[in-house]
Amino acid sequence: MSSSLLEVRDLKIEATAYPPGEAPRDITIVEGVSFKVEKGKVLGLIGESGAGKSTIGLSSMAYGRGGVRITGGEVFVNGNDILKAGPAGLRALRGHEVTYVAQSAAAAFNPAKKLMEQVIETTLHHGLMTRAEAEERAVSLFARLGLPKPESIGNRYPHQVSGGQLQRVMTAMALCPKPDLVVFDEPTTALDVTTQIEVLAAIKEAIADTGVAALYITHDLAVVAQVADHILVLQGGQMIEYGTIDHIINSPSEPYTQALVSVRSINHHEKSGGAPVLSVRDVTARYRGTKFDVLKNITLDLPEAQTLAIVGESGSGKSTLARVITGLLPPSSGEITFDGRVLPADFEARTRDDLREVQMIYQMADVAMNPRQTVGTIIGRPLEFYFGLRGDAKKQRVQELLDEIEMGEGYIHRYPAELSGGQKQRVCIARALAAKPKVIICDEVTSALDPLVADGILKLLLDLQKRENVAYLFITHDLATVRAIADSIAVMYQGRVVRYGGKTEVLSPPFDDYTDLLLSSVPEMELGWLERTIANRKMAAAGN
Amino acid sequence: MTRIPLAALIGLFFTGLYFGAAVFAGWIAPYGMAEIVGDSWEPASAAHWLGTDSIGRDLLSRMIWGGQTTIFVAAAATMLSFGMGSILGFFAAVKGGWVDQLLSRLVDLMMSIPSLISALVVLSVLPVSLPVLIIVMGVLDSTRVFRLSRAVAVDITVMDYVEAARLRGEKQLWIIFREILPNALSPLVAEMGLRFIFAVLFISTLSFLGLGVQPPLADWGGIVKENKEGIVYGISAALIPAFAIASLAISVNLVADWVLNRTTSLKGGRG
Repeated sequence: MSSSLLEVRDLKIEATAYPPGEAPRDITIVEGVSFKVEKGKVLGLIGESGAGKSTIGLSSMAYGRGGVRITGGEVFVNGNDILKAGPAGLRALRGHEVTYVAQSAAAAFNPAKKLMEQVIETTLHHGLMTRAEAEERAVSLFARLGLPKPESIGNRYPHQVSGGQLQRVMTAMALCPKPDLVVFDEPTTALDVTTQIEVLAAIKEAIADTGVAALYITHDLAVVAQVADHILVLQGGQMIEYGTIDHIINSPSEPYTQALVSVRSINHHEKSGGAPVLSVRDVTARYRGTKFDVLKNITLDLPEAQTLAIVGESGSGKSTLARVITGLLPPSSGEITFDGRVLPADFEARTRDDLREVQMIYQMADVAMNPRQTVGTIIGRPLEFYFGLRGDAKKQRVQELLDEIEMGEGYIHRYPAELSGGQKQRVCIARALAAKPKVIICDEVTSALDPLVADGILKLLLDLQKRENVAYLFITHDLATVRAIADSIAVMYQGRVVRYGGKTEVLSPPFDDYTDLLLSSVPEMELGWLERTIANRKMAAAGN
Repeated sequence: MTRIPLAALIGLFFTGLYFGAAVFAGWIAPYGMAEIVGDSWEPASAAHWLGTDSIGRDLLSRMIWGGQTTIFVAAAATMLSFGMGSILGFFAAVKGGWVDQLLSRLVDLMMSIPSLISALVVLSVLPVSLPVLIIVMGVLDSTRVFRLSRAVAVDITVMDYVEAARLRGEKQLWIIFREILPNALSPLVAEMGLRFIFAVLFISTLSFLGLGVQPPLADWGGIVKENKEGIVYGISAALIPAFAIASLAISVNLVADWVLNRTTSLKGGRG
């Protein structure tokens, strides 16, 4: 039949939608997708959310998540059409020939069982090895994946290891039954860049050592460029482009692929000088009832109509800094000044005008808007509240704001659930702008969005800055975003600012150790970046 | 108008029937509420569709008049308990800290005494009139509503949109009524269907024990009490109110489920 390990021919996947108040109807999620994976090769599936990449990945195990049905085409694993395999055949296939690594390891493990039990469970279930053999294999996989104390880490519970380690343990779980094919579904998306690079290197090495084939699903082309041999680009359930990694990265032929490759190429010239509109003076803060300072002696200035980016990994205290500035968490010492005057530490003590001047945009636009209010109400409320606009004057201003965020007419009466992810974030921006603030705090505003959509939001923010003279305090973990929009940068690590200055200055050597680690961990869209970086680090470690 | 599911139609029909009968009792009931029209426990006949009760009053008329009292008291008590319980619950959730502690512990204290016992104690001291009954039942029931609405609101107050409203400088009233209430409505509506039925059972229980609606005013619990001796002689008069309560309970909840389904959609055009 077929010499390939996995061959998918003309796959069609459907689901039933249940729009409220209407008759259910069938929608096509994936159509006309065909590809092959040879033994020992890695195929990257790339696309935005909703492109059908996870759905296609799971179809290689003949599984449809949440009522999704595979309605057409053929899927061959080792020459057998698994869509015709029947329940017994599928049980033999899943967890033995094909295994799966999920995106969120923290949610995929049973918190009440030890790691070892879960890693060897399927292997024992399929009767592939004795318990002793399986445990031995698991320990050797732990060692190969670079986990600390491989002999004893299996005795821990999922909450006793870090997120990056858990992701590697799940990879070990997938590799334990010696599968022919592993499906990786966004295995590093939830991790910090500094952790991501370790997990990525571990996965790549494990794939090479065990000779297993893999499907690697991600939305980040720079990541997949490091591990894949071939790439399949998907959009809206259709194949856009399929080729070798070299072809896709260096000479993509489709416009959509070209856009993906060249994303984040915004050129922003750094501004400097200018009087600070917002200053953080020697702020130390801790959460109530704890003895640990989350922020330690932070001092920063945000000049008028400029962007200060706060960079750091999760737990570095960057979101806490936003809470201190907005007055949600009064600092234990230090102060916040705005336009030269000291702001009260607690937001309840601030005047309405103080509150108006500092607005906030959140990471998750979904929960930042009341789902029971229309777009008109959401944007209109600050107008009514701060400027007393009512009736037609308010309506007109809401429309002006909608035009400014490039959404135009017809959205005023919609509810947030009727908007796309990018549109939701735009509405949040409009709500912040409606208050005519001097400062907007942007807390990871693009990290929940697809790269192309995020790009659009960043361009809009830069555009608005020019027109409205608003300053941004831009909190992010993504250095590419920082390069695109910042004027000055503060790098935070464990509650301290470890590096602070103009963009070019911060991003140029000589680096401190942490900034160096952070910068070198950001995947670049070129082949061989991962090996080079790992090799550099090993050399540096050997030199010390 | 979208299609109404069959279950909701059945629920709407019977709920409408009971409420309609209660509102228009004066026109519908064939005889007066306390009018003696025949012998005791006459069997059903063309003149008396459900027969007569222990002292010869028309049972159908008693049921209709009794339904009016029972449904009116239960509905008023439910409204009181939801008004009080949900607003205090939201307030406790929004304020947090000692306000929350004080209100929650007070509610725990009230809930630690079985509500029937506290109602019996209070009603044996106070004069038993309809307003007193409604207030006692409403206040006792509001503790349950308080706990539900507080639990629902605590999850909502941590959402970013509530934080955004706070940072805008909004007052507590706006946050409670505009940010939290619309999002907490679905579980509250579901609970309201259930609570109304509990109120019907509660007032019937009190009347059966003689501390609820006082004779000659009719109510369903009272009708059971007046006719309970008949069961020994194979007379089913006491079972009729029980059937009425059961069918009302089911139909009200069918309607509540339907309303719940319609209000959980976050997209436009609800209602």
